[in-house]
Amino acid sequence: MLISHDLIVLGGKMCIVYSSNPHTHSASVSLQSPFVCLDGLSEEDVRWVMARSVCAKSAFELWGHGRTCAELQTSLSSYPSENMGPFMHKGSTYKINVYTFNKTLLFADRIKKIDALEFLPFEGSVSLKSPEHIFCLLEDYGTDPNNIPEHPDYMYFGRWIADGQRELIRSHSVKNRHFIGNTSMDAGLSFIMANHAKVHENHLVFDPFVGTGSLLVACSHFGAYVCGTDIDYNTIHGKGRSSRKNHMWRGPDENIRANLRQYGTERMYVDVMVSDASKSVWRKAALFDAIITDPPYGIRESTRRTGSHKDITKPLDVMYVESHVPVSQAYHLSDIFTDLLNFSAEHLVIGGRLVYWLPVYRPEYCDEVVPLHPCLRLISNCEQTLSSHTSRRLITMEKIKDPEELDSLAHLSDPRFSPYQGHNAFRQKYFSGLNKKSSKEDIKVDINGE
Amino acid sequence: MKLLTHNMLTSHVKGVTKGYPLLIKATEVKVNEVEFNPQFVCRMIPKLEWSALVKAADDLGHRQDLPAELEPDYEKNEDLLKKVHRALLEVEVVEGSLQCPESGREFPISKGIPNMLLNEDEV
Repeated sequence: MLISHDLIVLGGKMCIVYSSNPHTHSASVSLQSPFVCLDGLSEEDVRWVMARSVCAKSAFELWGHGRTCAELQTSLSSYPSENMGPFMHKGSTYKINVYTFNKTLLFADRIKKIDALEFLPFEGSVSLKSPEHIFCLLEDYGTDPNNIPEHPDYMYFGRWIADGQRELIRSHSVKNRHFIGNTSMDAGLSFIMANHAKVHENHLVFDPFVGTGSLLVACSHFGAYVCGTDIDYNTIHGKGRSSRKNHMWRGPDENIRANLRQYGTERMYVDVMVSDASKSVWRKAALFDAIITDPPYGIRESTRRTGSHKDITKPLDVMYVESHVPVSQAYHLSDIFTDLLNFSAEHLVIGGRLVYWLPVYRPEYCDEVVPLHPCLRLISNCEQTLSSHTSRRLITMEKIKDPEELDSLAHLSDPRFSPYQGHNAFRQKYFSGLNKKSSKEDIKVDINGE
Repeated sequence: MKLLTHNMLTSHVKGVTKGYPLLIKATEVKVNEVEFNPQFVCRMIPKLEWSALVKAADDLGHRQDLPAELEPDYEKNEDLLKKVHRALLEVEVVEGSLQCPESGREFPISKGIPNMLLNEDEV
């Protein structure tokens, strides 16, 4: 949690250097540095994390570190040789890589740096193509690309353990996905959300505002079976106007099931349905291992629920009249979250997680604004800035007990629920700085940008 | 719509108290092959209303000897697990409707997707 919290802020790549010192778990995380040093982890722990993390780039077992070559060498000499032995014995093969952060080195300079490590007791032979063990010299040249120092600020040397899953961000990019919408969640964030929800193989995951299924795609990758609902008939059926530049209408292979098929996880597809999230269609039971969702913020997609006429409905797409939702009542933002938390308390298994985005008007935000529920424990709250006055927060909650009759009423009197009422004006506040005419956005995604 | 989903759905028509299970009226049913995963089937079985599953499979003509009662040692019975897997994940209602057993209100299923929306006057 600490790692993904910080990295949503950093938005970036990270190298983990860890030691198996038997200290209690601790971490030194500088928001300015791409490096994280962790204690008290085993190699197995690290491999397990790297198999899931899309934030972490690589993980190394730390053997030595320092600000200068001399310090690094001293540090390496004090690393227990019995810990080095298994990876450096005669008959083993290895290679050494040099990674320089925020600086490009000439090939010749890299070689010089590798040669400078000659003092290490390598007894095996070098294999560049298929080494058994890979070692890395990591040099930190700071984070200012306009002010790159001559010598590194800091250096690390360690044994490479594993890379993270950053490739998933590219392989599952929304740019190449068959079926997308205006608000499809990008791949990186989808996988982060799946990790926050601790989605595992053989889980059953539900998204009540499923849209084009981006979150289900990520969950299916981790072996969960997935289902979702959305109030928008056209999106669920893959009909209507395309969100891609240069495309008018969606094609026949554009729907959520096709997205799973694209990534080879169609067998994880359970069902999607047209349904109103405020009016549950599920029997009262703990059905889902996780509920992962990105509810509407009332900006790009309207917030709607079935109900009596109050708002004027938008003009219907001519081709799909018969499918249109009998919808027009504005769904107040605070009600969305009250319903979502109540739904989760009812339908999650104990220990199951709810992960969702909460849109926030920054000038008025305080932690008390985050909705609470007696059956759900707040695990984390991570901010992603959207503009100077708006952001969204990734909220993670875990179900700790089943709801009794009393609970669904009790929380209404909890003062923590009223602060978010003010956020009903989120939509007006979002547009207060913009042209009031464009309140109904119709943005086409530029497929060359993410 | 798969029978795993059907097993968890209930009628939410206003005023209805006995809305489960929904009656399936299918005009088109398909059977797809889905990779058998016994662990997933074992995790789902405790969440199911077993008799509703058997009835639904039966109504579709796909019961295939699913027993009326679930034996306690089902985890070790691979044959049974395969039958449950088939009923839950391989049989799909492509066209038809789901009917509320109390009010008679029908929710259409089109291209395998149920539309559970109620009209303004039903809410």
